[in-house]
Amino acid sequence: MSATSPEFSTAHLRHVERRYYGRWIAASLILVAFAFVVQAFATGQIAWKVVGQFFTAKAILIGLENTIVMTICAMALGIVLGVLFAVMYMSPNPVLKNVARFYVWFFRGTPLLLQLLLWFNLALIFPVIGIPGVLEARTVDLITPFVATLLGLGINQGAYTAEVVRSGILSVDTGQTEAAKSIGMTQLVTLRRIVLPQAMRVIIPPVGNEVISMVKLTSVASVIQYSEILRNAQTIYYANARVIELLIVAAIWYLVVVTVLSIGQYFLERRFARGRGGRDVRAAQPAAEA
Amino acid sequence: MRAAGVAATCGPRSPQPKREMTSRQAHDVPDAREEGDQRHSGGRGGAETMQAARPMVVAADVHKHFGSFAALKGIDLEMAKGEVLCVIGPSGSGKSTFLRCINQLERADRGAIWVDGELIGFRREGDALHELSDAELARQRLLCGMVFQRFNLFHHQTALENIIEGPVTVLRRSRAEAEKEAMALLARVGLADKRDAYPIELSGGQQQRVAIMRALAMHPKLMLFDEPTSALDPELVGEVLNVMRDLAASGMTMIVVTHELSFAREVAHRVVFMDEGRVVEAGAPGEVLGKPQHPRTREFIAAVLS
Repeated sequence: MSATSPEFSTAHLRHVERRYYGRWIAASLILVAFAFVVQAFATGQIAWKVVGQFFTAKAILIGLENTIVMTICAMALGIVLGVLFAVMYMSPNPVLKNVARFYVWFFRGTPLLLQLLLWFNLALIFPVIGIPGVLEARTVDLITPFVATLLGLGINQGAYTAEVVRSGILSVDTGQTEAAKSIGMTQLVTLRRIVLPQAMRVIIPPVGNEVISMVKLTSVASVIQYSEILRNAQTIYYANARVIELLIVAAIWYLVVVTVLSIGQYFLERRFARGRGGRDVRAAQPAAEA
Repeated sequence: MRAAGVAATCGPRSPQPKREMTSRQAHDVPDAREEGDQRHSGGRGGAETMQAARPMVVAADVHKHFGSFAALKGIDLEMAKGEVLCVIGPSGSGKSTFLRCINQLERADRGAIWVDGELIGFRREGDALHELSDAELARQRLLCGMVFQRFNLFHHQTALENIIEGPVTVLRRSRAEAEKEAMALLARVGLADKRDAYPIELSGGQQQRVAIMRALAMHPKLMLFDEPTSALDPELVGEVLNVMRDLAASGMTMIVVTHELSFAREVAHRVVFMDEGRVVEAGAPGEVLGKPQHPRTREFIAAVLS
């Protein structure tokens, strides 16, 4: 190249990076605005000492525990129902299919708060539940705030998870099912060993998202007297009038829990991305050597 | 024109007693070569062979419709143990559908198929054919190993895990034992060092070789290949055909749907040409590929070779 003509010689040339003045201006403006916000909160009428004092108060920690327990239980119920109804939805049996359709339609179509109130007031419809003459209980005794919240959140969650699981199952190539059949697997074994593990890759990000939603949705259960963290914070501020301080305590705890969960989600996603490249480090290795 | 006019009349009359799955061996066909050699071109010697040994596959009047489209319009075919059959024909001629009917990935609308004397997909009671249950179909599919055009390795499992999945999950063999055998299979196709590679990390040719071993790990009596090299880059076709060539030489009964005419000429005992859901012509490779009788066969072979 340079050999042909001195005009095209490149040896003495150097590359100069472009300067992004717009980026510098935008970043400065945002930093200034942020400084104002920090300053406002620092000098605002917030007794940060009270925040620190109540951060580990017993009632708050019990509330935190209840929030976490409810998140786990409701999510577990939601996932079990979700898988069950997703499989029913895809069944060739029209009865199963339509029951699944109805379930998704009903529980996605009514507000969660309404469902919680319905479960909590179940005794008004059925004063006694169980098998008549064999095992009976007064509904009021059975449907505690915990049970009502679990049913409300879990069953509602199942309707959403069913759709997520269904899309996950649909994302698995039919060739995988055929290959599983060809080595003698029954439909159920195929689902468990081949389809669901691969569907997980698609299912986990939205379900992770829903777990995080669930942490916060448990706060709705404060209306039916489930003593999760927000309700306990409220109980305290009704007594001592430190409204903002206690709301900040609750907010910080929610952020802590959600942060921990997000980290867990990252590792879970990485695990189920096996054999799919992308985040899998091993896929970066050269593929073919033959 | 039909390949084996005798098949319908001399097919097995009743299902065979159930065998022990685990007692089967992959290569328990030492006499396969001899039987293969008395092969009957175009089914003309079918009746004699029937007395000599039970045929591995008998298809009688197999029909299959997809909606209003007739994919198979009456396939009659008989093949002996140890025989290698290559099925050729234009796309949409029903080759793959026929193969998929043999291991019940598709259910025939009419007619019947026997594999190793066992009626496939149905239980016969008098003149009624009752559909088998999911579990019975799964057990019956163990008769055949299937290799797919698009490999269909389980993406979430390594090469080794793919191969041991069937033996461990379906045949309930111990993991250690299954792994040992799987490693021997991988070594046989030169992929022992790829045991921990996921399918995405393997070339198409390597994936297909693993897929063939995954099928063999189940000790099938019959291997079905559905265009095993059609999705491969041209330079990778040879490595897969070599594995199939070795398998044929070991006496395995094979049905290969393929466009590799030179492979068919070299390895097949018999070539079947299908078009529009029918067997147009069948016979020794030299006859069907060398001096095709039917104008459709001539047209097809000329088109493929050009």
